[in-house]
Amino acid sequence: MAGWIAANPQIFVVALQNHLWLSGIALVAVLLIALPLGLVLTRQRGLANAAIAIVNILRTVPSLALLVIMLPLLGTGFLPSVVALTLYGLPALLLNNYTGLTQVDAEIVEAARGQGFSDRQVMTQIEIPLALPVIFAGIRTAAVQIVSAATLAAFIGGGGLGELITAGMANFNFPQLVAGAVAVAVLALAVEVGFAALERLLTRQLRMGAA
Amino acid sequence: MTIRLEAVTKLFPGVARPAVDALDLTIEKGQVCVLIGPSGCGKTTTMRMVNRLIEPTSGRIIVGDRDVTKADPVELRRHIGYVIQQIGLFPHMTIAQNVATVPKLLGWDAARIKARSEEMLDLVGLDPKLYLSRYPRHLSGGQRQRVGVARALAADPPVMLMDEPFGAVDPIVRGRLQEEFLGILKRLSKTVILVTHDIDEAIHMGDVVAIMRDGKLVQYDTPDRLLAAPANDFVADFVGADRALRRLSLVRAADAVEPGGASDGFSLPGSLSMRSVLSALLAEGREAATILGEDDQPLGRITLAAIRARGAGTALS
Amino acid sequence: MTWAIENYDRLLLALWEHIQLVGVGLLIALVIGVPLGVLSARRPRFALVVLLVSGALYTVPALAIFALLIPYLGLGFWPAIVALVAYALLIIIRNVATGLREISPDILDAANGMGYGNWRLLFAIELPLALPVIIAGVRIAVVTQVSVATVAAFINAGGLGDIIFQGITQDFGEKVVVGAVATSALAIFCDESLRRVENWMRANQAEYI
Repeated sequence: MAGWIAANPQIFVVALQNHLWLSGIALVAVLLIALPLGLVLTRQRGLANAAIAIVNILRTVPSLALLVIMLPLLGTGFLPSVVALTLYGLPALLLNNYTGLTQVDAEIVEAARGQGFSDRQVMTQIEIPLALPVIFAGIRTAAVQIVSAATLAAFIGGGGLGELITAGMANFNFPQLVAGAVAVAVLALAVEVGFAALERLLTRQLRMGAA
Repeated sequence: MTIRLEAVTKLFPGVARPAVDALDLTIEKGQVCVLIGPSGCGKTTTMRMVNRLIEPTSGRIIVGDRDVTKADPVELRRHIGYVIQQIGLFPHMTIAQNVATVPKLLGWDAARIKARSEEMLDLVGLDPKLYLSRYPRHLSGGQRQRVGVARALAADPPVMLMDEPFGAVDPIVRGRLQEEFLGILKRLSKTVILVTHDIDEAIHMGDVVAIMRDGKLVQYDTPDRLLAAPANDFVADFVGADRALRRLSLVRAADAVEPGGASDGFSLPGSLSMRSVLSALLAEGREAATILGEDDQPLGRITLAAIRARGAGTALS
Repeated sequence: MTWAIENYDRLLLALWEHIQLVGVGLLIALVIGVPLGVLSARRPRFALVVLLVSGALYTVPALAIFALLIPYLGLGFWPAIVALVAYALLIIIRNVATGLREISPDILDAANGMGYGNWRLLFAIELPLALPVIIAGVRIAVVTQVSVATVAAFINAGGLGDIIFQGITQDFGEKVVVGAVATSALAIFCDESLRRVENWMRANQAEYI
């Protein structure tokens, strides 16, 4: 496997870069949608129930199905892959975001309101900081899920490390196949471990900050 | 069955002082022995060693004629009734299944189990037809407590261990339950070890009371003697400054009358305790009361002077 | 929709293959996972090791695991099962352990005090009370496995994923859509059904209403 990478560095690096771009953009999109949306939903409980119902269904849809359903809608390539991955990662973060915010101790919120905090201040100074650990856990889950699912983007022409696997399979090039598989496994584990470490750092910071 | 503890000691790892320190205790057959003392005195640990939920570090515990430290713990426990404060009814089983627990473990046949379950619910004052098929979540706290006792009595064990059995119900219900269960336990002549932190419960429910402190037995006496003659300051403190009044609460008016009647005809029912009689006399500013029996016939009288004499006297019985 | 209507038997066969993959995978995962979960509940250090290993397995993308198993196990149904079991294991073990640990200690104390032996305690009291949490885990495991089984078509294990892949290689849009919708429907159906079972169990075992 290492031999194949050494012999074909270009292909490998392109696949890796592609994979990272796909995952990165999808993750950013998820952050941009789920974070504000979660906040909005805490203030609009009626919408929240509907949104949660939809998201719960979305969460159940298999990743491959989500990706290939883009084919008739957006065709093949980078964009449909990113859209599918965004949809795939969205439920995890949205649910964690919403749950984290709504499960902040009601008594603390009430005490803050009683002291004269405006709604925005309650949100920025109480709810968000206290919900951060849960929210960050959601970001970690979404990240790992997206990086993992991006492997399948190969099936709709999105590139990425999965393409090494599919190409390797098609051409009976087992070193290539194994290279792709190991690379994506290592990447997924690295993302998991990395985000977990960040999460621990963050929770420790919060605990130290909250005197 | 008699229960005998001989030099029973329990040392927990990492803790210097023994939780139970060379305890010697004998409980006669059919007696209710209350273990009481401040937090950490070892009363619960002692009780739990009798059914080997906690293993003694040293010493012997004899139940009947068996040294339980040598017996199979699981088999042992099936012959000892066990009631805890939070009751621990199995939420996924019906009341019938809960009550049938030990009989089933002992292998009784279905018909016998069914008959016994109904009998037990009747005994604790719950209509079997209504309750057998319900689940614990449908019952109130007091009802659950009754089921807990029914469950412990189901296999007719000669010995019962009860750890703050009425602690989880509200005080109004608690008093009633205490009365009822005392009656049941006496009727069935069970040997009982009951752990409590409530001195009133101890003196009302116990034939003998064992006060413990720091793992050691401080005084072991009948309630009346305990109140009349505390062995030291600690016990005196523990039973409370109003122990004289407590002693009076142990005696029924009808049992303590002297011949005669109150001059002004003031009367009180004989079912009251002496303490309540004292309270009534003080409230009404009287010196004596005629005590009436259940049929409202005068049984005799009680005077303040008599109460004073009894309160100051040494232990009776 | 003409293809689907004309070939519903092929579709049903693929569905059946998919169900077999998930079912067998789940069964084996339970057989291995429940005992490991019970052990994890009793020994925290063992729990740590088990959770770490199965956690790592769960993080690796499905396609990668399938690909890596090819040189050792080849293609087909049983290699796919190996991967499916690996994915379900973490969730099953974790939920069994959590379910057991969350049982109220008073219930266990009462059961012990009445003379339940260890095995009987496990089967008559502990596992039944842990069941709602275990079912919750089964629910997540099944949904995950429906997803992984879709990719299993890649190593010739059959299933609805096969229809999807055929659609891609043949540039046949309807097959792709039908395949995707069918897998989604299966996943949603399993999720809903198990959710109802879970809720029913929780209600049945509530300590308080």
